[in-house]
Amino acid sequence: MYAVGYTDLGTPPADRPVTVTVDVDGVSVTVPEGTSVMRAAALADRSIPKLCATDTLKSFGSCRMCLVEIEGRKGYPASCTTPVADGMKIRTESEKLTALRRNVLELYVSDHPLDCVTCPANGNCELQDVAGTLGVTETRYGFGGKNHRGGERDLSNPYFGFDQSLCIVCSRCVRACDEVQGTFALTIQGRGFASQVVASQHEPFLQSECVSCGQCVEACPTGALTEKSVMALGTAERATNTTCAYCGVGCSFNVEMKGDQVVRMAPDRDGHANHGHACVKGRFAFGYATHPDRITKPMIRARITEPWREVTWEEAVSHAASELRRIQEKYGRDAIGGITSSRCTNEETFLVQKMVRAAFGTNNVDTCARVCHSPTGYGLKHTLGESAGTQAFDSVMKSDVIVIIGANPTEGHPVFASRIKQRMRQGAKLIVADPREIGLVKAPHIEADYHLQLRPGTNVALINALAHVVVTEGLTRDDYIADRCEGDSYEKWKRFIAEPHHSPEATEPTTGVPAAQVRGAARLYATAGNGAIYYGLGVTEHSQGTTMVMGIANLAMATGNLGREGVGVSPLRGQNNVQGSCDMGSFPHEFSGYRHVSDATVRGMFEREWGVALQPEPGLRIPNMFDAALDGSFKGLYVQGEDVAQSDPNTRHVEAALSAMECVIVQDLFLNETARFAHVFFPGSSFLEKDGTFTNAERRISRVRKVMPARGGYEDWQATMLLSNALGYPMGYTHPSQIMDEIARLTPTFAGVTYEKLDRLGSIQWPCNDAAPEGTPTMHVGTFVRGKGKFYLTDYVPTTERTSSMFPLILTTGRVLTQYNVGAQTRRTANVAWHHEDVLEIHPHDAEVRGIAHGDWVGVTSRVGSTLLRADVTERVQAGVVYTTFHFPESGANVVTTENSDWATNCPEYKVTAVQAVRVAHPAEWRKRHGAEEPHGQAVHA
Amino acid sequence: MNVDRLVAMANDIAAFFAAEPDAAAAAAGVANHLTRFWDPRMRKQIVEHYRAGGSGLSEVAAAGVARVAEIAK
Repeated sequence: MYAVGYTDLGTPPADRPVTVTVDVDGVSVTVPEGTSVMRAAALADRSIPKLCATDTLKSFGSCRMCLVEIEGRKGYPASCTTPVADGMKIRTESEKLTALRRNVLELYVSDHPLDCVTCPANGNCELQDVAGTLGVTETRYGFGGKNHRGGERDLSNPYFGFDQSLCIVCSRCVRACDEVQGTFALTIQGRGFASQVVASQHEPFLQSECVSCGQCVEACPTGALTEKSVMALGTAERATNTTCAYCGVGCSFNVEMKGDQVVRMAPDRDGHANHGHACVKGRFAFGYATHPDRITKPMIRARITEPWREVTWEEAVSHAASELRRIQEKYGRDAIGGITSSRCTNEETFLVQKMVRAAFGTNNVDTCARVCHSPTGYGLKHTLGESAGTQAFDSVMKSDVIVIIGANPTEGHPVFASRIKQRMRQGAKLIVADPREIGLVKAPHIEADYHLQLRPGTNVALINALAHVVVTEGLTRDDYIADRCEGDSYEKWKRFIAEPHHSPEATEPTTGVPAAQVRGAARLYATAGNGAIYYGLGVTEHSQGTTMVMGIANLAMATGNLGREGVGVSPLRGQNNVQGSCDMGSFPHEFSGYRHVSDATVRGMFEREWGVALQPEPGLRIPNMFDAALDGSFKGLYVQGEDVAQSDPNTRHVEAALSAMECVIVQDLFLNETARFAHVFFPGSSFLEKDGTFTNAERRISRVRKVMPARGGYEDWQATMLLSNALGYPMGYTHPSQIMDEIARLTPTFAGVTYEKLDRLGSIQWPCNDAAPEGTPTMHVGTFVRGKGKFYLTDYVPTTERTSSMFPLILTTGRVLTQYNVGAQTRRTANVAWHHEDVLEIHPHDAEVRGIAHGDWVGVTSRVGSTLLRADVTERVQAGVVYTTFHFPESGANVVTTENSDWATNCPEYKVTAVQAVRVAHPAEWRKRHGAEEPHGQAVHA
Repeated sequence: MNVDRLVAMANDIAAFFAAEPDAAAAAAGVANHLTRFWDPRMRKQIVEHYRAGGSGLSEVAAAGVARVAEIAK
């Protein structure tokens, strides 16, 4: 079912540069060569009836509704499969055409229930629309023949149902699953009259391979595939365009509303990041916004051992402000700080860091990007000159070889994974470097050319080996390097990387990757044409995360794979606004736009705008804050939209640090784990309850638009203003657009960004300024932002986290498709139908020697802690490596992770923890013996 | 703050810059990093530790902290 108000042009656009002009019913229209007659007619405002065509799918030509007459051609060609030709004269309506269409439609109607009034698609059914257009009110074929009425109804999926009786077997759902999503979960089973849509091997949708992206539902022209929310609430009254609050793809959606209820999130076909696609999280998992667990009243308590007490906003804000000032008077100005959130808007993160710097008077501000992509900012800034990915997502459609390092796009960035699959089906090659067999290694109709299954913690040895091959086999782009890179740094790096100890043969014992595979992959990347590298937290969350980012940049520069479409170095950001929170000056050492606080000129600009003196020294990072709390020099923390007690490593250390603070202020949707240590709670607002912008992993700034009132009474930026005002630093914004205007005044890369322009263009990729008034899809074109690209020496330094006889396995962590980060949102949706607990993936060999069977409880113990997980015995992980996710607090994945961190940024080394795994027969006893915590709740006294 | 933790962090930083063949450049890299990214209380503490003998600091780390100590004078 289309989004409310959407006009479908029938077939996808053609992208050829040459145009042709045709005549449609006397209307002249000029379109790109290769455009279908159907689309040309639609662009000429002439609607041709159709059922099997939609503009996100290749034309199919099966329904025979879109027949037209073309002057000089025999018969009645299907307009969806007929390309235009210059001078073509097309007739879309005639008596003959109507008769042909009516006859076909009558056949459809003869096998379709006519209970339109009670059908969930009533008013949004294309079959109904076409019948209305053609005036078909009855069928000459009657209803007495064999038919599909009373066909099977599959309601197994928590979000949508399939009603076979309403299906017209147009194959749009099957094609959507194939062409757009790339899962190939659906098929037409049987032939002729017996043809029917089925999932996998005719299994219920929930048990099938379906990943619940909703693309089939979106494509369905009738009510056969319908959202359960539509069944329950009926069709929407209005729609508002906004941006998804889950991963860093930043999909555009139309929120369809009825009253103040969300009927559905319809993916925006004009969305620049997603082009109408979505995943199970963004498309369906929005129920958390109205979950009864939402905290909607401010709360305070004197001690964390006491129950919460609901108070007014005035009392909560006043209490928080007085506590922060009391702490500063007693322990010093720098005894407090704040943490911004990658789940909040740009405007909100900008405001929090402004409050910390201007109202708190300290640079003790950090963001949750500290624990995910801070090495990206450091590594890319130093090598290329800008702390951001180089490409637009669309760029991948021009890549010849795609390299995925330490990322799992089908789980973490599913909409982009579908684009990768599309490109691979067009012939692009794929290299995967990952300890696990991620979904892209082998999927329907695609297979990676190389899976470099390295040992966790050996990324840098691998990237050096790849670069070694490129340099020693003469695969470098010397002309590109001479033109665009620092000669001295390149020559030094070239000598360094050519040293024998970087060779694939020398590094094989370290990485575990056969040398021949490394050589083959390096040759493929360097010679295949456009080589694009995408990477994730498997790169950054290591003790050498920054070194690895630099190594990737080195390799891309050496092979000339930067500065045009199809190439590049692109981090896949985990949360929706990781890029934005970093851009907005959330790090303790820099203002918005990545400018160091010690730069007097920059600082002066902020001081003039903010009317207050600012500190010239860097503040504390999140882990430094915890360390300082334990030594007594850091006592107060404002945390907006971040659950450090669950997401940060070595939970016991974090909890001890939080417990040592005298005032912890948590602002969130729910009483999260961090709130257990808080003294003040401010209700947060969901993305549906506020205006603002998010910036996705491709630097794309998109609007977030409010569709319902803030449940807690204030949007997050307003709550920050209240606190700042109470602290005596007044803020008087009346709309987030004013905050964006301030960001633009202070941040060169955002200089040209306004809400008006965002509304007009739909989205903007920064830098957006006088030189690029409509944004910059591809960075470093012609020259690098820093001038000449700089090569860094990236020696492999093994992590100090080593296996031993006590801890013989390496634990690494990741995510699953249906859950998001610490799970605060997705755990409160029906997504738990797919993933209701974190499990421990363990190789059959490792399981067997420990007597562990699939589903057994397994005790996992590291040098810092213990936790219990159920075993998933699988060959997805290699022997010697175990893997889990961290979506559920009770699984305590971060109870066992250590404080090892990246040398440059202190990003935690989540991906490498030495552990032992043992079968546990009695979980409760084991927990008690090992000090593993039971799940806990929090008391609230109204 | 726990000085052992600061020493470990300084050594991690130094391990990266140790790839630099020029020892002076490596020390400068460490010093620059500490100056640009460490909070003053952390710098003060590592400098005090260095002046007290610098136990546990690697050679490159110690050379870098020495430069920070020089600047702090």
